[in-house]
Amino acid sequence: MVNIGTRISELKLRNPTILASGILGETSGSMKRVASCGAGAIVTKSIGMKPREGYPNPTAVEIECGILNSMGLPNPGIEEFKKEIDEIDEIDIPVIGSIFGKDEKEFAFLAKKMEEYGLDAIELNLSCPHARGYGLEIGSSPDIVREVVREVKKKVSIPVFPKLSANAGDIVDIGKAAEEGGADGVVAINSLRAMKIDIHLKKPILYNRVGGYSGKGIKPVAVRCVYELSRELDIPVIGVGGVETWEDAVEYILAGACAVQIGAAVYYRGLSVFAEICEGMKRWMEENGFESIEDFRGVALK
Amino acid sequence: MNYPEIVRIKEIVEENPYVKSIFIPFSKTIEPGQFIMVLIPGVDEIPMSVSRIKDGEISFTFKRVGDATGKLFEMEIGDVIGVRGPLGNGFELRGERILFVGGGTGIAPLLPAAEKAKHLGKENIIVIGAKTKDELFFVGEMKKLGKLIISTDDGSEGEKGLAADIAERVIDEEKPDMVVTCGPELMMKRLLDICVERGIDFQASVERYMKCALGLCGQCCIGEGLRVCKEGPVFDKDTLIKCSDFGVFTRDASGRRVYFG
Ligand SMILES: Cc1cc2nc3c(=O)[nH]c(=O)nc-3n(C[C@H](O)[C@H](O)[C@H](O)COP(=O)(O)OP(=O)(O)OC[C@H]3O[C@@H](n4cnc5c(N)ncnc54)[C@H](O)[C@@H]3O)c2cc1C
Ligand SMILES: Cc1cc2nc3c(=O)[nH]c(=O)nc-3n(C[C@H](O)[C@H](O)[C@H](O)COP(=O)(O)O)c2cc1C
Ligand code: FES
Repeated sequence: MVNIGTRISELKLRNPTILASGILGETSGSMKRVASCGAGAIVTKSIGMKPREGYPNPTAVEIECGILNSMGLPNPGIEEFKKEIDEIDEIDIPVIGSIFGKDEKEFAFLAKKMEEYGLDAIELNLSCPHARGYGLEIGSSPDIVREVVREVKKKVSIPVFPKLSANAGDIVDIGKAAEEGGADGVVAINSLRAMKIDIHLKKPILYNRVGGYSGKGIKPVAVRCVYELSRELDIPVIGVGGVETWEDAVEYILAGACAVQIGAAVYYRGLSVFAEICEGMKRWMEENGFESIEDFRGVALK
Repeated sequence: MNYPEIVRIKEIVEENPYVKSIFIPFSKTIEPGQFIMVLIPGVDEIPMSVSRIKDGEISFTFKRVGDATGKLFEMEIGDVIGVRGPLGNGFELRGERILFVGGGTGIAPLLPAAEKAKHLGKENIIVIGAKTKDELFFVGEMKKLGKLIISTDDGSEGEKGLAADIAERVIDEEKPDMVVTCGPELMMKRLLDICVERGIDFQASVERYMKCALGLCGQCCIGEGLRVCKEGPVFDKDTLIKCSDFGVFTRDASGRRVYFG
């Protein structure tokens, strides 16, 4: 019998497929729906101190090999978000609260709130590529990342996973800083800073001009990041970027990831993507004689 | 590719002082009830129901309410906009006698729906409501498609009263097999309750704030994670009864709950 359960720090997941932040993670109803579709865990939309409307549309379009988005971190704010969390008691998989702040104080405050609301872990958005003063702008500096993680760890006892960008110099330097700050794992990667210019309008298609690129097109970049982080760090790595099929998920686990997150594939494959990846992975494990995720995790590093 | 196609406006019709229809080339198949995302370059991209379906051409019909619709209102033939679609699911016209109930700009998607119903040989009864006479539109076209009943809140044309009240009476008089509606959510919620009580088939086209229109961002969700841009905008009776937020609250651009009424 193969077992596709996995562990990330102290979190136990029934399977290694996690809903990525910013995808259907803003309302209690959508989180319940994703849980019922077979995901192993859910990451909420990134939540900040105050309500934010985000950028005007177009905020997301399909482009070659992926999705380009510049939502601009819209969210109802941490106070209002409690209403959603209060309604998800029936969800029996881990729910990870994603947060973004402008400095370590805001991150620590938001993390504490998420813990009080009863969430199982915290994801620190240190990597959103299109919001001024947040995300990547904070997550590009190893010193700030170390400090943010340290402050958050002081405030909460649930696991803390910083989410990193491949746009910020050497991702291993940032990963190491996160580990030094006491991170319980890292998530790699957020969408990549990118642009699409419409040749008829002769202008960038997104209202915000610059956005983040996700989907198949970024997978090789993300796999490389996961490989390097797994090799250099002692904490778990969660892989994100272009995971669409069980083959993609297996590739990430071979590169050292203990779980994968799924975003754009919800568009390409629908909500059955979680269950489909799990089924395919089980079959592959049986054929290859692997009984658990740990049996083949990181094999490519050797 | 779910990416805006850049097109030039072919024709503009002023339906009343506040409502216009814009015609654009459109070569794909689109069903009544489906919608498009209309890109107004440099301003916004907004959802619009298809209001007329012709060979190689469609229209959408809108009221000036803010920045994006304001800019559209000022546009001229030949101006450039972007279109993504068709998106979502259209109406499924079931039964022989169909009652269409449209309130305000919700009248727009009912025109092609009633046209299709007539084409399918159904018997149409149509109730359209507006605040006042000046805000009515599609009266002439709807008249040709079935028995038309007009209501205005102030009685300046047709019957005085709310479209939902008048529709309730019409339901009892005409005994339709199905009610198809689009308009203010409280109106649609009342019609839903009436149809549940009377055991009448029902579909409504629901509006929620939309961003990605790809089924990803979750901004447009109602009930247990139903994406209006993907599983909607048209929903059945059985689906809507289970949505505890339908007719109770919508969400603004930040995702905060905004209660009706
Ligand atoms: C599936 C669908 C079909 C629609 N069909 C029609 C139609 O046929 N005719 C018509 O007149 N209107 C239609 N609407 C509503 C229309 O999209 C809004 O009136 C329009 O977006 C207003 O934009 P604005 O910038 O002019 O106004 P704003 O000042 O930006 O906003 C006015 C109000 O419009 C709504 N709105 C703004 N942006 C959006 C958005 N991105 N998505 C949804 N609502 C928004 C908000 O609730 C807001 O309160 C439809 C909406 C949906 C969801
Ligand atoms: C529409 C959209 C919204 C997103 N919002 C967030 C967000 O709020 N916070 C975050 O950390 N990442 C966000 N992301 C990035 C994803 O979580 C993920 O890192 C990225 O899309 C790569 O994975 P994918 O290729 O599976 O989509 C968003 C992505 C998309 C497409
Ligand atoms: S608008 Fe993004 S999911 Fe519907």
